[in-house]
Amino acid sequence: MVTNSRSLPLKPALLAELAALVGSDNVLTAPEDVIPYGFDGTAALKGSVACVVLPTETNQVAGIVSLAAREGIPIATRGSGTGLSGGSVPVAGGIVLALTLCDRILEVDPANLTILCEAGVITKAIDDAALPHGLFYPPDPGSMKISTIGGNVANNSGGLRGLKYGVTRDYVMGLEVVLASGEVAWLGSKCVKDVAGYSLKDLFVGSEGTLGIITKVLLRLVPRPKARRTILASYDSMAAAAQTVSAIIARHIIPCTLEFLDRKTCQCVEAYAKVGLPTGAAAVVLMETDGAPGVVAEEAAAMAEIARSEGAIAVEEARDEAHATRLATARRSAFSALARIRPTTILEDVTVPRSRLSEIVAYVEEVAARHRLEIATFGHFGDGNVHPTILTDETDHEEMERVELALGEIIDRTIALGGTITGEHGVGLAKKSFLPRQFDTASYQMLRSVKAALDPAGLLNPGKIFDPLPPVK
Amino acid sequence: MMDHASTSSPRPAHSTAGLAFLDRLDYSVLQQCMHCGMCLPSCPTYLETKKERNSPRGRIALMRAIADGELAVTKAFGEEMYYCLGCLACVTACPAGVNYPQLFENARAEIEHQGVLFHPERQFWRWLTLRQIFAKPRLLHLVGRLLWLYQASGLSRLMRRSGLMRVLPKNLRELEPSTPTVRRDFSADLISENESPADTDSVHYRVGMLTGCVQDLVFSDINRDTVDVLLHHGCAVTTPRLQGCCGSLQAHNGDLTQAKIQARRLMDQFDLAELDAIVSNAAGCGSHLKHFHTLLADDPDYAAKAKRWDELVCDISEWLVRIGIRPVASGDGDVDGKAQKVTYHEACHLCHGQGITKQPRAVLAAVPGLELVELEQATHCCGSAGIYNITQPVQAAKLQAEKVACIAKTGASIVATANPGCHLQIQNGVGEGVEVRHPVSLLAEAYRAERNR
Repeated sequence: MVTNSRSLPLKPALLAELAALVGSDNVLTAPEDVIPYGFDGTAALKGSVACVVLPTETNQVAGIVSLAAREGIPIATRGSGTGLSGGSVPVAGGIVLALTLCDRILEVDPANLTILCEAGVITKAIDDAALPHGLFYPPDPGSMKISTIGGNVANNSGGLRGLKYGVTRDYVMGLEVVLASGEVAWLGSKCVKDVAGYSLKDLFVGSEGTLGIITKVLLRLVPRPKARRTILASYDSMAAAAQTVSAIIARHIIPCTLEFLDRKTCQCVEAYAKVGLPTGAAAVVLMETDGAPGVVAEEAAAMAEIARSEGAIAVEEARDEAHATRLATARRSAFSALARIRPTTILEDVTVPRSRLSEIVAYVEEVAARHRLEIATFGHFGDGNVHPTILTDETDHEEMERVELALGEIIDRTIALGGTITGEHGVGLAKKSFLPRQFDTASYQMLRSVKAALDPAGLLNPGKIFDPLPPVK
Repeated sequence: MMDHASTSSPRPAHSTAGLAFLDRLDYSVLQQCMHCGMCLPSCPTYLETKKERNSPRGRIALMRAIADGELAVTKAFGEEMYYCLGCLACVTACPAGVNYPQLFENARAEIEHQGVLFHPERQFWRWLTLRQIFAKPRLLHLVGRLLWLYQASGLSRLMRRSGLMRVLPKNLRELEPSTPTVRRDFSADLISENESPADTDSVHYRVGMLTGCVQDLVFSDINRDTVDVLLHHGCAVTTPRLQGCCGSLQAHNGDLTQAKIQARRLMDQFDLAELDAIVSNAAGCGSHLKHFHTLLADDPDYAAKAKRWDELVCDISEWLVRIGIRPVASGDGDVDGKAQKVTYHEACHLCHGQGITKQPRAVLAAVPGLELVELEQATHCCGSAGIYNITQPVQAAKLQAEKVACIAKTGASIVATANPGCHLQIQNGVGEGVEVRHPVSLLAEAYRAERNR
């Protein structure tokens, strides 16, 4: 595991000030308390922690940031620590700001179809709160049962429903943000139309804790779809599965989910979830359509027919609502379930224009063979977002060198196909070395200019997305 | 992707040389946790504090830090591992298949080995319970008889009323009212060593019966019911008379050495070659009994036998479903013909420890006149967790209150559950008016009613 080993203890006077702000129970410094904050959901990344602070409200966050600014101490903000790019791995010598105790839903507004909540609210709790009002919060990242909305916004998280419903950004109407200075700013409004000034809230969506600390989120909700149908198609070749996806889109059907799992992923997920996924097929596509009952029935029939005509060896429909939910839940566990095979599981998140999907999938297979690596692939086929997952062992240095080479090659091909190095996980630490390959000089410089303007001292999650900048005097 | 801040590998700050258990674990068991966080929402202690240390992922991180020499086995680590309920909800939640039970047992064993929680009074109680009372079947029976005498003679009421209780240490005093009521008849008084169905032609299986320790003294009626149901299913039942504790109590509480002694002694009492199954009706025991092969892996005399043992052990509901539950001719249900509402609490070590969820419901479905109302959060721990309600009374009481609130919502007059710890914890929580029963007892009663009709 890679470690940044310097963690100087904070001065007792500062710890006392932090304790005065949030209560001594919520300032953690003992090794047994802080070691578990040394990582997020990303393999092979670890940092050491001097101090974890758990505020319960915005004022406290502002106070902590002011203290850190005064003392020149960096802050890494986190929610539940399920990120997949190392974005919330602690910064050496810094404070970990954990927002899990800021977990109140402040308002559901059924007249304006909005919900206002604190950053530490669990993603699934938002949809659960919308449900009694007949409303729906669609973004559903794999970790939705535990990920926090603050983390989702900071990473602009996607999920299984991105194809039809978009990603977290598409639902953010307003944000409360604590700036690097400790000032509190409100950005956005409940208005459907709002073009007053720059869209500053959008700057913070996907900013990975480097520009400010998101403390409250105002989200758009949509009417809950009345019907839903789930179909599972299996194939004896990846190409046929990819072709089905292309044919569905070409027929102008936009289902909410078009998920793909290869054989290895199916076997691991089935070993865990036991939901009846075919473990012998080369590829499985999980399709879901939702909306008005008539349209849903029509689309489900059309998708099943397309799957058959593209050579699916089996096409089956979920037995009932509960079975459909179990299938989707099983799919969400894919990444973790793959950890059954080898000790270290390195997840990629490359995304290409949909028309280039089969090319990147074939290329990943080729890379795996060339570097003698075990790579399982699953992902959001409808979005062109694939997750090649390298199953390896971080303690095997020779194999890890081949892993590095393979990653680099997959990234280069993705960029050559007009794709992006990350579709939904963010850059964090894991992908920052690849970022300059995707950005031209001017745009890469613009990223750094924005950072310098909003965090001149470079104390907010420094070293994430790009290497730390020299502080602006 | 590994190019961040610093790549210097840490020099172990603490020696790992003194470790006796955590370093013997295959490192891959620790590595299996890829810290994705999927376990967090299932963990009762994490949900209580929302602090990583109190989560399965956090605890595994601490174990890994110890194995890596970055952290010593400290008192705080010890306290953390005893704050963990060992409910294994994280095992069900974990997509990566982390063997948390193994980590948990070895971590607690390490803590005891290093003595970081040493306190003379704690050591005394551990010695008395783990190494004496629950280690020696005859002594356990003697203690049981004395306790029965104390409870049945009215002395316990006298003690409480007279204020004599005040001479006892505080922790004993607080414990006394929740001491389970010991039965006059223990299992051996109710069950003969060998019992066969009346019609000898109908013997299809030979089954060994595990009577347990708490179950033996406090719920010997459930053991009798289990044997009755087995006989009704064409099983010839062998029940060794003085079985003693299977060692799960010791294994779950950091005494793997004693657990191995208990396991060997228990296995010696059964003729494995002659049996089709060895049946347990206590979830906490069953979950441990199925892993003797791991426990005794380094014992050349027992490793092979333990493997066979693990294959034979099953929960009573699991066994009944496997051989097919004999239907009961439908009765009239309640006296006025109305179905009685029953709800089912899933014992952690049945649903999470053994993955058994459908079978007990199938047993309940076989009982005429019962209407199963599903319990919200049925798989959440009730706070009993072995002896957790004794060692961590505050957290245990919170979980008990949550469980009781969910039970109240069902409107059920019977709570079915298949573990003595849960049975007592829930009965203490719901008070009178709601009855806690083992599913197999309900089935046994139905067969009896059928016979008497």
